[in-house]
Amino acid sequence: MTTKIKIENLNVFFGETHAVKNVSLDIPQNRVTAIIGPSGCGKSTILRSINRMHDMIPAARVTGRIVIDTTDIYDRTSNPVLIRRRVGMVFQKPNPFPAMSIYDNVVAGYKLGGRLNRGDADEIVESSLKRVALWDEVKDRLKSNAMDLSGGQQQRLCIARTIAIKPDVILMDEPASALDPLSTLKIEELIEELKDKYTIVIVTHNMQQAARVSDDTAFFYLGELIESGGTRKIFTNPEKKQTEDYITGRFG
Amino acid sequence: MNGMRTRSIKNVGMMLLMGIATLLVLTPLILVFYQIVKMGAGSINLAFFTQIPNPPGETGGGMANGIAGSAILILMASIFGVPTGIFGALYLSEYEGNRLASVIRFSADVLSGVPSIITGLVAYTLIVVPMHGFSALAGAFALGLIMIPIVLRTTEEQLKMVPVTLREASLALGVPFWRTTLLVTLRSGMKGIVTGILLSIARVAGETAPLLFTSLGNQFWSKKLTEPMAALPLQIFSFAIAPYDDWHRLAWGGALVLVVIMFVVSLAARWFGREKSTG
Repeated sequence: MTTKIKIENLNVFFGETHAVKNVSLDIPQNRVTAIIGPSGCGKSTILRSINRMHDMIPAARVTGRIVIDTTDIYDRTSNPVLIRRRVGMVFQKPNPFPAMSIYDNVVAGYKLGGRLNRGDADEIVESSLKRVALWDEVKDRLKSNAMDLSGGQQQRLCIARTIAIKPDVILMDEPASALDPLSTLKIEELIEELKDKYTIVIVTHNMQQAARVSDDTAFFYLGELIESGGTRKIFTNPEKKQTEDYITGRFG
Repeated sequence: MNGMRTRSIKNVGMMLLMGIATLLVLTPLILVFYQIVKMGAGSINLAFFTQIPNPPGETGGGMANGIAGSAILILMASIFGVPTGIFGALYLSEYEGNRLASVIRFSADVLSGVPSIITGLVAYTLIVVPMHGFSALAGAFALGLIMIPIVLRTTEEQLKMVPVTLREASLALGVPFWRTTLLVTLRSGMKGIVTGILLSIARVAGETAPLLFTSLGNQFWSKKLTEPMAALPLQIFSFAIAPYDDWHRLAWGGALVLVVIMFVVSLAARWFGREKSTG
């Protein structure tokens, strides 16, 4: 098992708040790693450190190292724009660009970035939409507005948009929490299919979902990593009492 | 039962008060409109829009040069004021909390509070004096200065309303920050920004004071931007205080045209603003 992302002594501060405390965690390649824990435990904060989304928040400060393959993404020479092209992100609420068509949404990363090669666009759109099993549903209306799609379709469109830019890592921040059960199932199946090519890190509130989709699980509490390991082990035989209490629903 | 009765009496009393207040607000507006239409409608004919004013004593003529002058002045003021306001607003919304941002916001507030005659004085000092003459350029500069804070603050409000999730969607796709700002944030707020621009145009279209010693006014067609240029509000002012009945008639016509223009621009601004909530 190769390590894709190596997090070392990661600390994240928002002003005076110490949101993530000295976290070290190895995330293996081509597997699905679930980040679980009660609200406010820093799950999303950790996820967002992996594609430097905290750069946008002036009060946020990150210390420690995150190494993807061999790149230290917080090194002074690292360019967040290039890192985000390698580390895609899917958000909690589907957020397609409302003024764009389905087609344009898929190639939005290229189009907005000013690096769309017209000749490749059709091919990128078709292969990305096929990859998220949305092609058959939308192939006859690629030019219609993305907001006409259902919530579940919108979320799959957002995943298509992410894989269109050919990342190695996909971060998912509770990607199904705003969706109905059927759409959730489709997203979960999709995650299963995507892991042969991508390393996936998923934050979820839903224990069953973590158990279903992930290979490895990391449990966080109050900004600290309590326990991590194979999902089966964490869910059947956790080492720490806090983990067991959370998984069995005694708090959280 | 008794409590119910006092409450309905209070209710009726309050409704009456509000009705009166509404009337008080509407009355001046209706009176102004009525008076302007009554006095001005008779002066509106083709000549009004195609000819320049006749010399005193002769009847006829129009305010074509004033209307065209106003249009040119507003266009030039927009070229200067709109981008300045929009870029200022972008800075404020994207670099929130930065010290320069609070300086800009404070300056914009002060600028919007400066009496427009003072703005005219500034343009006079900066442009008229060094160029040794009144000019359309100076007038447009003064109007542009008035537009900046209006465009800036309305744009800033619009940009604040663009959902963070949309910006993040773009950034997470590896789109550089500056392209995200221009192509996602600014474009999403576009309708509201257009509303702000239209409102600022409606505002400066009627400004007279800042033009008094900048653009000055002109009885004839202006050939260059470095010459004095006629403007509708200036023409209304100078014709209304002149001792000729025919000029008074033209002034009323000018007032009517000015009010109609502002009314249409304000309506357009509202229409754009309305579109935004549905789309």
